[in-house]
Amino acid sequence: MALTELQSALALVCLLIGPLAAAGLALINTGLGRSRNAAHAAMSALCAVSAAGCAYFVVGHTLQGATGQSIRALSLGGHAWDFAGAMPPFLMRLPASGSYTALTALMGMESVALASLIPLGGGGERWRLGSICASSAFLGAITFPLFAHWTWSGGWLRSVGYTDAGGSGTIHVVGGITALAIAWLLGPRRGKYSSEGMPMAVPGHSIVLVLFGCLLAGAGWLGLNCAGALLFSGARPERLALVAVNTLLAGSSAALASAALTRARFGRADASLTANGWVGGLVSISAGCAILPPAAAALAGAIAGTLVVFSVELLELRLEIDDPGGSISVHAISGCWGLLAAGLLGRDPAGIESVFGQLVGIATLFGFVLPLSWGVNAAMDRFFIMRAPPEGERQGMDLYELGAGAYPDFITHTDDFLQR
Amino acid sequence: MKIAGFLLLFSGWLLILAAIALLPAGMSRNIFALAGGSVEALGLILAVRSHLPVRSDRG
Repeated sequence: MALTELQSALALVCLLIGPLAAAGLALINTGLGRSRNAAHAAMSALCAVSAAGCAYFVVGHTLQGATGQSIRALSLGGHAWDFAGAMPPFLMRLPASGSYTALTALMGMESVALASLIPLGGGGERWRLGSICASSAFLGAITFPLFAHWTWSGGWLRSVGYTDAGGSGTIHVVGGITALAIAWLLGPRRGKYSSEGMPMAVPGHSIVLVLFGCLLAGAGWLGLNCAGALLFSGARPERLALVAVNTLLAGSSAALASAALTRARFGRADASLTANGWVGGLVSISAGCAILPPAAAALAGAIAGTLVVFSVELLELRLEIDDPGGSISVHAISGCWGLLAAGLLGRDPAGIESVFGQLVGIATLFGFVLPLSWGVNAAMDRFFIMRAPPEGERQGMDLYELGAGAYPDFITHTDDFLQR
Repeated sequence: MKIAGFLLLFSGWLLILAAIALLPAGMSRNIFALAGGSVEALGLILAVRSHLPVRSDRG
């Protein structure tokens, strides 16, 4: 696929902003955990991004490929079904130019980095660092690249009408479903649930980190959505303003919806749920950022913000899934809604208005990615225990795995809080 | 029970793939795919229920 010079330049600029999304997500995960695990959360983010990126370099890009490059296909029912790329490993012979292949390789690395951070929210405060690296490497080598090929590189999902410009499904639902598998395998944090199954509140240690992370993530999302629209939706450069407007609008309406809903239900707006709502809105608009009119983007975001609040409650209260960072609700649930919204509300000039395609994509995510993630991580758990022992959880992952806390200068003096 | 749930999830997805590969676009393909989706939904429900902790007050 050939890009004009303007498209290449714009895509590159957008991709240079993209890593801010990963930085924001790392801050959000760190802030939503307790202070005894803060350094470990940040270290895990760095290691997950590195492991996933290196695995993508070794073999991931081979499987993802790019539109117009060599593929592996299966003949079924008289058709050739494009199921994987066949590019050289180690990014060999990657053109050192602003070519489409080089730009999709960069987009792939940034996307896999973001996807690898999502499961950390689900497994926070009890997931060992070595296991995080192994799981992230598998995500970067196999899970993400396969699905990305099916959706972004001309694979079979694209051929049934599935559309996902900015990665609602490819990045966020893949990451969110992996977070679900990890949360199931690890089990809840020590002390999270009473013997009767009542969840205890475990507030994060820094809502300021979380909210600042949201703003950073918003900036990064602008880059990723614009790059995705250019590279994978065939959007013309003049359409990028609409993509950016839709992205900000969806995040804003989602945050306001979450804040209003928590105010109505609990008497006060909840900051962490509002933060999750904001990210949920960004996730929901990623699929249809180039094809939704602004009003539809605002509606999609508002619905995502509402879904996040109810979903967090459902997962924690009814299903007893301990998800410290809200990854499953924010990324998997909002991502699925985003895919549906792109099919239901989209106005695509290329003619792709297929709810069927979006439903097949969602079915693929649950029917292929979930069993794969759960099975591989369960198998890895046999050889390398994923969960920290109770003593490690009690003293905090910082001291247990890293030997040093994140805030060694902070000493809590109880008499500082006495009224004078 | 967990394994059964995940196997049903995967089987339901394979049914949807079969519908897309073997049937032309139309009502029959959609119905076949819906059947596959129902098997997937069943598998997901089974997987979720199998991960719920056993509690004496749960039915």
